Amino acid sequence: MRNRFRDVLLVVITAAVVAVFSVATKSTASQVRAVARTADGKPNFSGIWQSMNTANWDLQTHAARPALTTVSGPAGPVPAAPGLALGALGGVPGGLGVVEGNEIPYLPAAAAKKKENGENVLTRDPEVKCFLPGVPRAMYLPYPIQIVQSTRKIMMMFEYAAANRTIHLDKVEHPGVESWMGFSVGRWDGDTLVVDTTSLHEDTWFDRAGNFHSDALHVVERFTPLTPDHLTYDVTIEDPKVFARPWKISMPLYRRVEPNAQLMEYKCVEFVEELMYGHLRKEQLVRRWEGDLGATGGRLVIDVARRPSH
Amino acid sequence: MTHRFRVVVMGALAAVIVMPLALVVARAQAPKGTATKGTLTKTPWGDPDLQGVWSGTTPTPLERPLDGGKVLQTDQDVEKLEEELARRFDAPPRSGDPGVYNAFWQDRGKGLKARTSLIVDPPDGRLPPLTPDAKKRADAAGEGRRRLFAGPEDVPLGTRCLHWERLITGGVNQYYRIVQAPGYVAINMMRLHDNRIIHMDGRPHLPQDVRQWNGDSRGRWEGATLVVDTTNFTDTREDRWGSKNLHLVERFTRVDEHTINYEARLEDPTTWTRPWTLALPLVKDPEGSVGLYEYACHEGNYSMVGILGGARAEERAATEAAKGKR
Repeated sequence: MRNRFRDVLLVVITAAVVAVFSVATKSTASQVRAVARTADGKPNFSGIWQSMNTANWDLQTHAARPALTTVSGPAGPVPAAPGLALGALGGVPGGLGVVEGNEIPYLPAAAAKKKENGENVLTRDPEVKCFLPGVPRAMYLPYPIQIVQSTRKIMMMFEYAAANRTIHLDKVEHPGVESWMGFSVGRWDGDTLVVDTTSLHEDTWFDRAGNFHSDALHVVERFTPLTPDHLTYDVTIEDPKVFARPWKISMPLYRRVEPNAQLMEYKCVEFVEELMYGHLRKEQLVRRWEGDLGATGGRLVIDVARRPSH
Repeated sequence: MTHRFRVVVMGALAAVIVMPLALVVARAQAPKGTATKGTLTKTPWGDPDLQGVWSGTTPTPLERPLDGGKVLQTDQDVEKLEEELARRFDAPPRSGDPGVYNAFWQDRGKGLKARTSLIVDPPDGRLPPLTPDAKKRADAAGEGRRRLFAGPEDVPLGTRCLHWERLITGGVNQYYRIVQAPGYVAINMMRLHDNRIIHMDGRPHLPQDVRQWNGDSRGRWEGATLVVDTTNFTDTREDRWGSKNLHLVERFTRVDEHTINYEARLEDPTTWTRPWTLALPLVKDPEGSVGLYEYACHEGNYSMVGILGGARAEERAATEAAKGKR
């Protein structure tokens, strides 16, 4: 009898403990939001996304430096004339690389060209002239990206330069010509969106460090939801004319969760007209900048001369 | 049994004959901007489905010609108009003028039958009169176009690869891809690869002091019609399509598998003495077609260098000539 009572008590206590524990578990689970899904059960990437890293400065791990273009000083580089007045606003932040193994396997001739590109970024980087960014660079430029995901098409629209790309999930005739943003075909591999991009124009770059490719570029991107507000962006880059083997980059993309988030216009074509066509004005418009920085900088004067290219 | 079969066949035949007729009648009778009920697809989340690649090509002019403009009644009338336009575009430019895109480039599609203008309001098919202030601005702009271009700002917006403010009408490459998701309608314009992202969640417009080339668009569904309300335009627009005070209301109504009726109402009391409305059908591209090609305009814009360099060369030649006379 007593034994039986003890057994019953034990069972009751066990049940109570289990019940409390399971309630606690449930309430924790209910606080974690599930990955958003579309009507057909796929992860729903619709919304505004952005990278948060220094990949657009340099895909590889790099230390901070005073400016995009520098000249050597007695104890290391100092800003060259174009960035001098910008001070710390023109500095390049250091950053951890996004390349797997931190090595980009350039073929020897291509490695030399990359080095040369890096020394001539202001005159060679297509971003300076507001050209279309290409793939994958569009995905990690420091501007937000709007994704509108439907069943047969996924549209990606970029704040930078009003660039855009359409991911075709359905069967589509090949355009037959190369383009700056390429031709992208997508498919679902479980919860991962796999996008295969070809027909890319050879004039885009990967970053502001001179990393480049040829028209043989083949990009395979994998978008995998990590949480409702993060996704993992993995890319395999292949280009037998420039690289000895395929290589990979990987980074998270973050959802912009501000309730009023929206892409603003950044039509930079207008912003670079003075740079690109200023030498053809009837009268030179931008001639001189002069600023008084006080005791710590004195008067800084920058004179601008425009001439035809030779 | 045989009788029943005959009735079924007759019924089916009648349906085949009557249904298209009913659609035609319904379309003709449907009040402006209302789709025929029950015949159109919806997205999986229940919104009217406007998705696909659409083209707005037509040789029908924005304004009705001043000669009264004969209404195009027959296919022959439409063909005649198309031939006339082709002749005009293929005419050789006057000497010293490099010319513009010829008929080959003018993607004009078919004429709109029984229409002599895209403008449907005012009823005369003409743009309403400009306000006195807008007239002054237009005269000054015309004056500017007659001078040699002094800098990039004097060149038309389209040539600068900057902006196409004639909405969903006119010119070359009038193709639009519409993609929808819950809360969004996105329109990718082939011309100048521009994006319009229309938020459908009822959020307010951007603050009044924020101005953009494409303004700031908010959308809502009115039955089967997408209504897009756009404000916050820039003050650097070319005046023919309104100033920064333009309030644009566009209506997209899918009326059948292949057609969206598009309507745009432009109101700007600092430009026109009254609001006006244009309307045209957008025709669907077959599924699986390339749809939109990339319009990478700025990346290969040698015309800016040609135009501005040419203007400077003319000035130098004039200076040399003046020296020679002395």
